[in-house]
Amino acid sequence: MSDSSEVKKRPVLGLEASSAAAPSASAGGLARLPAWVRSWEALLLVLLVLSLALGSTLSPYFLSLSNFSLLISDMMEKALMALTMTLIVIAGEIDLSVASILGLASVVLGYTWSHGVPLGLAIVLVLLIGALCGLVNGLAVTRLGLPSLVVTLGTLALFRGLAYVVMGDQAVSNFPSAFTNFGFGTVPGTLIPWPFVLFVALALLFSLLLHRSTLGRQIYAIGSNKEAARFAGIRVEHIKLLLFVLSGLIAALAGVVFTARFSNARADNALGFELDVVTIVLLGGVNIFGGSGSLPGVVLSLLIIGVLRNALGLADISGDIQNIAVGALLILSVLGPNAVRRLQEAASRRHAAADGPAGGLAPSARSAPEETGAAAREGGQRR
Amino acid sequence: MEVAAPQAAVPVIELVGVSKRFGAIQALKEVDLSLYAGEVHALVGENGAGKSTLVKILAGVHRPDRGLLKINGEAVELRSPAQAQAAGIAVIHQEPTLFPDLDVAENVFMGHQPRDRLGRIDWRRMYHEVEQLLQSLGVELNVYLPVRGLSVADRQLVEIARALSQDARVLIMDEPTASLSPREVEDLFAIVEQLRARQVAILFVSHRLEEVFRLASRVTVLRDGQRVITAPARALTAEETVRHMVGRELAALFPKEEAAIGEVVLEVRHLTRAGVFRDVSFQLRRGEILGLAGLVGAGRTEVARVLFGIDQAESGQILVDGRPVSIHSPRDAMRYGIAYVPEDRHQQGLVLDFSIARNMTLSILQRVARFSLIRSRQELKIAADYAERLRVRGGRLTQPVRALSGGNQQKVVLGKWLATEPRILILDEPTRGIDIGAKAEVHRIISELAARGLAILLISSELPEILAMSDRVLVMHEGRVSGLFSRAEADQEKVMLAATGQNRQSS
Repeated sequence: MSDSSEVKKRPVLGLEASSAAAPSASAGGLARLPAWVRSWEALLLVLLVLSLALGSTLSPYFLSLSNFSLLISDMMEKALMALTMTLIVIAGEIDLSVASILGLASVVLGYTWSHGVPLGLAIVLVLLIGALCGLVNGLAVTRLGLPSLVVTLGTLALFRGLAYVVMGDQAVSNFPSAFTNFGFGTVPGTLIPWPFVLFVALALLFSLLLHRSTLGRQIYAIGSNKEAARFAGIRVEHIKLLLFVLSGLIAALAGVVFTARFSNARADNALGFELDVVTIVLLGGVNIFGGSGSLPGVVLSLLIIGVLRNALGLADISGDIQNIAVGALLILSVLGPNAVRRLQEAASRRHAAADGPAGGLAPSARSAPEETGAAAREGGQRR
Repeated sequence: MEVAAPQAAVPVIELVGVSKRFGAIQALKEVDLSLYAGEVHALVGENGAGKSTLVKILAGVHRPDRGLLKINGEAVELRSPAQAQAAGIAVIHQEPTLFPDLDVAENVFMGHQPRDRLGRIDWRRMYHEVEQLLQSLGVELNVYLPVRGLSVADRQLVEIARALSQDARVLIMDEPTASLSPREVEDLFAIVEQLRARQVAILFVSHRLEEVFRLASRVTVLRDGQRVITAPARALTAEETVRHMVGRELAALFPKEEAAIGEVVLEVRHLTRAGVFRDVSFQLRRGEILGLAGLVGAGRTEVARVLFGIDQAESGQILVDGRPVSIHSPRDAMRYGIAYVPEDRHQQGLVLDFSIARNMTLSILQRVARFSLIRSRQELKIAADYAERLRVRGGRLTQPVRALSGGNQQKVVLGKWLATEPRILILDEPTRGIDIGAKAEVHRIISELAARGLAILLISSELPEILAMSDRVLVMHEGRVSGLFSRAEADQEKVMLAATGQNRQSS
């Protein structure tokens, strides 16, 4: 009897639990992301304001339109990769090889262009290679049943190594101006960088995909309970494979953007970017164990990381030191929700104790009946 | 109704007014239970009556919300399984959990190995003591064998030896015979008799009444978390006990309607999956409920998994509407109109974090979407339709199913599969762990579905359910079909004999 009432003991980020407890769950398209998105995003907004304040105290140049244009431009590769990373993490997997695919893509673009391949064709080739890298990751995860953490940690080294094989420590930088103009040019008459336009278009597309489409629904189901998804007829492995291919493709696209922005193809391009990408996604409220999270949150967290890096850069703080801040944020973004959950549990414990067991569906009972029972009793004893 | 046992004045262990609630479910309500040294006390009740919860309270896994636990007359609090063990309470599980790579002796003495003067493990003494212990029980078991290869019965012996090595005074046997062969059951009973002679207090949890009346001196019946009666075994008959367990007439509990039985929809020929089941054949007709009975591990769920494309058969044929089909995935199965309500509701049936509506439409996403975009209104409409038809209660459609009671969760799973408009419905333990009221409702739904022409394969471990609901009963034993009975032929005894494989030996 108690077996059946026992809830699967899976580490769940606490804000999800609060969604169940939230009194005013709004219906509609994003029905699954009611109150907790608001509360988590509120927290992110506070963080954003803090980092903006930090930026303005660190440098007088920080609060200028041209700096913001630069700041956004600087984030674009990470922003693109965070889109697919969000989908993959919600599906319960991870792709650590994205920055290496970016590097490989950049190098292949430089190599083929410098060897006389027309740029358009070279870009198509690069995107195909990115998709192929994703396919390798995806097949290893879905066919061989290996954990994606290990697979993509391996290909992180592998793809980067391939980039060095192609070009060694050489660089290609004589790209045509039409291409580099896309990289660091802006929409005429504004300070909006062209890559940002690309990002906005893709972000809208991915939001629609994740939050409105049948594929998005299936991604949430897979991340939430893989077995139940399978029993419901969802092609779990098929969808995961698709996501890894998509991730490789977008990483290669980010490689093209990176190459255009710096007019530079080198094997060590975007080295270590995966740290930022994973941080952006987790700080954005995506559950590292899969099943929950949203793109609006990820976009907010993208801004925070961008502002933070920019502000620290203006203050002449080196990238390595900046990494300390980002690393700390990554850990906080996983710890934070857990701390919030503890607080909520403590609150519901008091609530349950006050209500007594006859209170019917106490909010906390929805997330963890076991713990509530124990909590109610402890509360009772304390009184 | 309390009857003092003659052996001792003070019970070894006693529960007084114990209550326990999990979320919306009151698992136990003011239950009293006493165990005396040298008695075998049977605890019976249907699935979901609260037996497991009571066992877990005695074992220190759960703590009661209200009420007292007394050992030798003194109120104590068991905060962990370790404390329960230290207090002399041991549990023998249906499927013992041991360290598979350690040998028998190491498992027996795990955590309290005999030491020599230097604090090192005294291996020679350990093996010697285990050998003596097993000998005193009249058991032959090589103490150097790793536990991994042992049968369930032998692993239970290891648990019993382990309990005795810790001087356990209370032994709780939780459905110990569920996975045993008749021969092994006899051996186990001989050991239980010995333990009784050693003045161990034994709580024997079972729903097999013949075993209960053979072994127990007293019987306690639980129903819906409450104690219905405690009486000396000789003062009760099996019929009375069943009446106490279900609390109403069987006919009222299982409302099976007459349905017109039509043509064969599903046929299985010589289906085999190595090591799991062999040569399984049967036919299932429109409007028919075919009960699939058998003990745990007989291969029933495994057959269902193959029919639904989760696993693959090695040989044999599956025919839908007389045409051979190959089913490689749940998607294939759904294409042929097969739906499967799985055994494990939480792991396989539902996405607990999803709302009622989202669970109900998970298998028919294409039908609620246009251009692959989900239309919320359409989704809610379909969900509302099935929620109303199945009378799902306890929440708005946008609420996570986690918040629902077991019975309502099961209705959501049913709704999800009915939404696929299947023609063949496989139900695997559809009423496990749900309360009696919801159970009757699920039975009503199943019966209505059959009346509307669905072909239903009903897998259940509850014989009364199988007997009352099924038009025919197919019985499996150790991976093979061991009996097929019409509704008129089938009775508890015949099905049970087939399920334990005894009908073969006698014929």
